[in-house]
Amino acid sequence: MADEPKEPKPPQVPTGEKPASSTPAVSTPPAKPADAGTPAAPPKAAAPPPPKPPVVLQTPLDNDLVKRFRAKFGTALLEAIEDRKQAILTVERAKLVEISLYLRDEEKFDMLSSLTAVDWPKREKRFDVVLDLYSFPKNERLRLKVHAADAEEVPSVVSVWSAANWQEREVFDMFGIVFSGHPDLKRILLPDEWQGYPLRKDYDILQQDTAWVRENLGIESGQ
Amino acid sequence: MGPQHPSTHGVLRVKLKLDGERVIGSECIIGYLHRGVEKIAENRTYQQFAPYVDRMDYVAAVSSGLGYCEAIEKLLIVEAPPRARVIRTILTELQRIASHLLWLGTHALDIGALTPLFYCFREREEILKIFEKYCGARLTTHAFRIGGLQYEAYDTFEKDVERFCKDFESRIVEYEDLLTQNRIWIGRTKGVGILTAADAIAFGVTGPVLRASGVKWDIRKAAPYAAYDQYKFEIPVGTTGDTYDRYLVRMEEMRQSRLICLQAIENIPTGPIMAKVGKVLKPPPGEVYHAIEAPKGEIGYYVVSDGTVMPYRVHIRPPSFINLQAFDRMVRGHLVADVVAIIGTIDIVLGEVDR
Repeated sequence: MADEPKEPKPPQVPTGEKPASSTPAVSTPPAKPADAGTPAAPPKAAAPPPPKPPVVLQTPLDNDLVKRFRAKFGTALLEAIEDRKQAILTVERAKLVEISLYLRDEEKFDMLSSLTAVDWPKREKRFDVVLDLYSFPKNERLRLKVHAADAEEVPSVVSVWSAANWQEREVFDMFGIVFSGHPDLKRILLPDEWQGYPLRKDYDILQQDTAWVRENLGIESGQ
Repeated sequence: MGPQHPSTHGVLRVKLKLDGERVIGSECIIGYLHRGVEKIAENRTYQQFAPYVDRMDYVAAVSSGLGYCEAIEKLLIVEAPPRARVIRTILTELQRIASHLLWLGTHALDIGALTPLFYCFREREEILKIFEKYCGARLTTHAFRIGGLQYEAYDTFEKDVERFCKDFESRIVEYEDLLTQNRIWIGRTKGVGILTAADAIAFGVTGPVLRASGVKWDIRKAAPYAAYDQYKFEIPVGTTGDTYDRYLVRMEEMRQSRLICLQAIENIPTGPIMAKVGKVLKPPPGEVYHAIEAPKGEIGYYVVSDGTVMPYRVHIRPPSFINLQAFDRMVRGHLVADVVAIIGTIDIVLGEVDR
């Protein structure tokens, strides 16, 4: 740990439902005590690492794209940040298809590289659906995120990028997120009859659909 | 067709809807090799997970490993030292040649040409020997570490690579003599499985398949990683996007990889091979998406850190999985015999499709 290049920050739970105000949300922890530089101050003996100013990796993003985007969609843009020089836009779930069409046709993000999800069970809306877009003309990447609660449906973007088809099926398979408007939403990697969604955080790594395993493989456990 | 058909390169099952001998619809059934790699990642430390990525595309493990290591380096905000990056580049390009050779041999075998397989495996063996000398393993190499390299290049490394590259020039001519002007080969591949550039982009197809459709795009040029910005090489592109074009593109890519290796061994910088990273890796919270040009296309890693020693989430964007989506578009209207050629030309590895 001693030779690590960056001072680790305290873990931050990404901000969930921040309204798009004039100051986009930055997940920086609240102001640290200002007496960081004085070594002779002994009041806090509990914290072993000396409180240095944290490295801010997530900064608000306000480039031309975001300005155009905000002008067009206004409050549908919930958050625009940059993390390690990668642009991330969090948008309203209901407007996802409209926004995707705009990004594909007007901003020329013509390829959907990757579509996946992340589970944050402690959050009010536990899922992030994450789309990584690429623009051939601009040679740029952009990450688009929507939040969804447990039983909430996410609009399918298969009509915008055909590449989303299998990837949305995989997210459905692994997280149980339903994509409304998907042409053929069914499991893709796991068997059709499998119960449970393995990439959810409350699905233990040793957990399995024991009934399925017993019935189809004739064994008690595949572990 | 499948899942245990010899031409499906693993366990791929394809449901075909036929009108006589003609294919009018298809559906790929995958998942037979699903091992839950992404779930495993959440229960291992960053270093512990590195060997697992080798087991996805097991014929191009070095490339998968490079993508993973670089993604975590990006997350940690460290950079591998120059020497490590050049050695990584050499090994990754050798791996690209090895992967393309395996593809060429098996693809030709599927179509009915038996000889190229023996020729291709002869050269692939030389590459695997270099890997073995370098890190002790031939397939699932785990050649790189987060932050650089574990092993220094062995004494005759440059000489071995140079000898291979020198020999390889005439070896490619041998393959081309067997196939490029071969009337049966042309008959079986020209005009088969055409994928237009617009379709390829819509399906997210990358790698040689995309380039054969006429899109000049290679991550090594578009967003250079490792040491690719130091070397001169061309990106071959096709015109029609058929199976023959994909063959030509991959053949030219092998030539270009050979040139990159030759340039790289000329001048391997001296210095450390490992950046300063701790024994315990705790990347600051946040997320990255990092993509590299694997032999089969864009392999991307989306990694989310919550500041602990284990990744909060790792998503792998496997080129085989995404490229296979375009299979249905490519196969419609062709004969059953062409299905085998089209599966081969996409160059999939089921370990990577299913993860």
